[in-house]
Parts: sequence; structure tokens; C-alpha cells
Amino acid sequence: MTSHLALMALFALFVSIVFAALTRDEPREQLLFGAKLFAGFVGAGIVAGWVLYPLPF
Amino acid sequence: MHATAADRVQSSTTTYLICVAAWAIPGAGHLWLGRRQKGVTFLIALVLMFVTGLWLEGRLFPFEPSQPLVALAAFADVGIGLSFFVAKAMHAGAGRVVAITYEYGNAFMMVAGLLNMLVVLDAFDIAQGRK
Repeated sequence: MTSHLALMALFALFVSIVFAALTRDEPREQLLFGAKLFAGFVGAGIVAGWVLYPLPF
Repeated sequence: MHATAADRVQSSTTTYLICVAAWAIPGAGHLWLGRRQKGVTFLIALVLMFVTGLWLEGRLFPFEPSQPLVALAAFADVGIGLSFFVAKAMHAGAGRVVAITYEYGNAFMMVAGLLNMLVVLDAFDIAQGRK
């Protein structure tokens, strides 16, 4: 697997799972918070990619 | 409802044993303290993240005091506990710097180790009755 987007999403998934389990006690809260974190990580990654796109290096 | 181990404040010796177990095997501290769901989650997610890093041809960095950044990377890697030493013993994690996924592999393994350190601190807080 060499897709940058897929690897970034996989990384975000692992980090979201661990942070959600660390900071929330109830499984439902963990699921909601984990989903928000995952969406935030992937969204921020895509936005950062677009912002950096015009840079020549 | 039965009180779990987490509901009691642990002695300092037990607390440190829990921390060592939590470092050696991700999630073991939470399992010891009766937080089964969290323990299993950490065990699966962190070990899988570390193995993914190995699969992506990342490198397990050596402790090299003359190169501070390499030493810091090694410190992050070793945070995953026994998995680090098992991988080293199996000659995994040599890293292939020309692989397109090399940096991803490094990031996966280092972050897995650093997240496990957070998990150890969480287990410490639970054992101390703070959570």
C-alpha cells in the first residue's frame, strides 16, 4: 500500500481509536469522539495538503 | 456490582508493577485494573499500529547518544514495550530508506510507542484512584 491518503487515514484511525479510548469511558462516547477525531485528522490533512500545494518545494 | 481493581487505590509497589506491565504489553495495565474494554482496545490498536510500521519498512532506531534525534526516535520506539525487543530479535525493523513508505513506517512505530507511554500514564492515574 503506497497511497499517501490511505496511509494518512490509517494513521488517523489508529490515533483516533487510542485517544478516544483514553479520554472517554462509555463505548458510545468513545465511538462518537473517535469518529469526530478521525474526521478532524483526515480533514485537516487534506486542507493542509491543499494549502501546501502551491509551494515550489 | 463487584468492585474492580480500578475502584481501589493500589499500593505503590503494585502501581509500579502495573506501569511496567502496561509498558511491556500495551493495555495490560488496564486489563489488570479491570478496565477490560480499554485494555483490549489498546492491545489491538497499538500492537497493530506497530506491526503496520514494520510492514511499511520503517526502522527501529538504535540508541545512539552521538545523534540526539536518532536517540529520541529510539526512545519513542521502545515505548511499545516487549514488541520492540521481539521485533529486534526477529531482525525486523531494519528499515529500507529508499522504500516509499519508509517515513510512514517510522511514524507509525514511533507514535505507537509514544501513545503507549500515554496509556501507561493513564494506568498509573487509575491505579492511584484519580480516574
